Amino acid sequence: MDYGTWRGVFSLIILAIFIAIVFWAFSRRTKKQFDEAANSIFEDESSVDKSDKPESKKDE
Amino acid sequence: MSQTIPQQPIEYNMKVVRQFTVMTIIWGIVGMALGVLIAAQLVWPELNFNTPWLTYSRLRPLHTNAVIFAFGTSALFATSYYVVQKTCKVSLFSDKLAAFTFWGWQAVIVAAVITLPLGLSSSKEYAELEWPIDILIAVVWVAYLIVFFGTLAIRKTSHIYVANWFYGGFIVVIAMLHIVNSFAIPVSFTKSYSIYSGAVDAMVQWWYGHNAVGFLLTAGFLGMMYYFVPKQAERPVYSYRLSVVHFWALISLYIWAGPHHLHYTALPDWTQSVGMVMSVILFVPSWGGMINGIMTLSGAWHKLRTDPILRFLIVSLSFYGMSTFEGPMMAIKSVNALSHYTDWTVGHVHSGALGWVAMITIGSMYYLVPRLFNQKEIHSIKLVNVHFWLHTIGVVFYIVSMWISGVMQGLMWRATNSDGTLTYSFVESVQASYPFWTGRFIGGVFIVVGMLLMAYNCYQTIRAGRRETAAGNVVQTA
Repeated sequence: MDYGTWRGVFSLIILAIFIAIVFWAFSRRTKKQFDEAANSIFEDESSVDKSDKPESKKDE
Repeated sequence: MSQTIPQQPIEYNMKVVRQFTVMTIIWGIVGMALGVLIAAQLVWPELNFNTPWLTYSRLRPLHTNAVIFAFGTSALFATSYYVVQKTCKVSLFSDKLAAFTFWGWQAVIVAAVITLPLGLSSSKEYAELEWPIDILIAVVWVAYLIVFFGTLAIRKTSHIYVANWFYGGFIVVIAMLHIVNSFAIPVSFTKSYSIYSGAVDAMVQWWYGHNAVGFLLTAGFLGMMYYFVPKQAERPVYSYRLSVVHFWALISLYIWAGPHHLHYTALPDWTQSVGMVMSVILFVPSWGGMINGIMTLSGAWHKLRTDPILRFLIVSLSFYGMSTFEGPMMAIKSVNALSHYTDWTVGHVHSGALGWVAMITIGSMYYLVPRLFNQKEIHSIKLVNVHFWLHTIGVVFYIVSMWISGVMQGLMWRATNSDGTLTYSFVESVQASYPFWTGRFIGGVFIVVGMLLMAYNCYQTIRAGRRETAAGNVVQTA
């Protein structure tokens, strides 16, 4: 594969990865995790009793 | 990887955050005051007092270095260390290394303050510092990288909050850019020559230069945006999913935009065209991010009426949107033919730097200072409001002056008579620019006065905090 062809293929790979990221980010599966993440920055405020609020235990 | 949440309040390393926060304000005043001085020199050239150290040519790089690397980067150090600890619920990976980054970075700035007026320069724009300082920068930056990513590695939370992704991207890319662009052969302790030459040198330089804009002045400050806007608005970010797409789109596109600085030069035509296309595409993730930040306020717009800190943060995003629309437009070759080398470029840079970067920083500093120094609120919210208006008026004055003079210069330079000769000499365009350069100077004065108010306000807040701490009333900062 010559240099030019490889660059074309590379662009397509990047495009495919990007589309996959979009689908992943907007999939229903990640919604809960992302909502928790968005709210996570408020957890340290006003000494909320974190003990009775179970957090997401998902691995990243 | 199940985690138990600690019941004890976490001992964060806030010392280094406090140090960088205070230096952000001080360097902000120094850098912007220098900008006002050189703006005044363009109107009243006598202001260099016939002293080589005070000439425009030497102070201009000092101004850019002071605002970007002293003011802006200190703000990024302060906020990234704060945000990474708060969102990872853990103290910094290494306190000693963090302290080294503070003192090392201040040493870099002091070295710049000494060497640039002396005329010691590698003459690469935004990378003027000579090789011994470049090496120090690289060492400090690697230490920063270790502290930041080390802290992410030992985090007590499962998810890495999006602000950290932007900070992380900024830290990694700046290391890469700085090291590659700074490769040089030293010929003495104070002089070196770049290993690149000709068009390659130009391309490497603007690959560095534009990505310093893209990653230091954009990605880093977007990290700030994703933490401080939701915090100050007391609402989660508009769309966390969009923020994920925003991150990957922005970092994968920005890196290609550099050639738009080299339109109609010796750079191959195809490279210029690629740079142009990629710059235009950049509009999309930029506005995606801006909308995400501004829409965080949806349903709470009334807060803008009463909260000048939030106003700083949100108006910064409006300027961000404005300059990321202007930028892609200016990267189009036919527009660039008019705008390049004129004041329009200078105006564009400052709508980004003073509108976006400075305003989001100022808003974040007003958020941070009371929290770092055991206070509930800033000393005077009224003064914050005055600062907001001074700054906004200053920026508008500045960029409108530059738009007019820029377009005028572009039109004058390209005007030809019917026989093909130039209608105007260069000096005629200089003469025509004087009123607008005065307008820029006035705008700059507004901005520096605002910064001085900020320093006073923060000083009073810190003093009140110290007094309370001394009285034994130690409050756990939120």
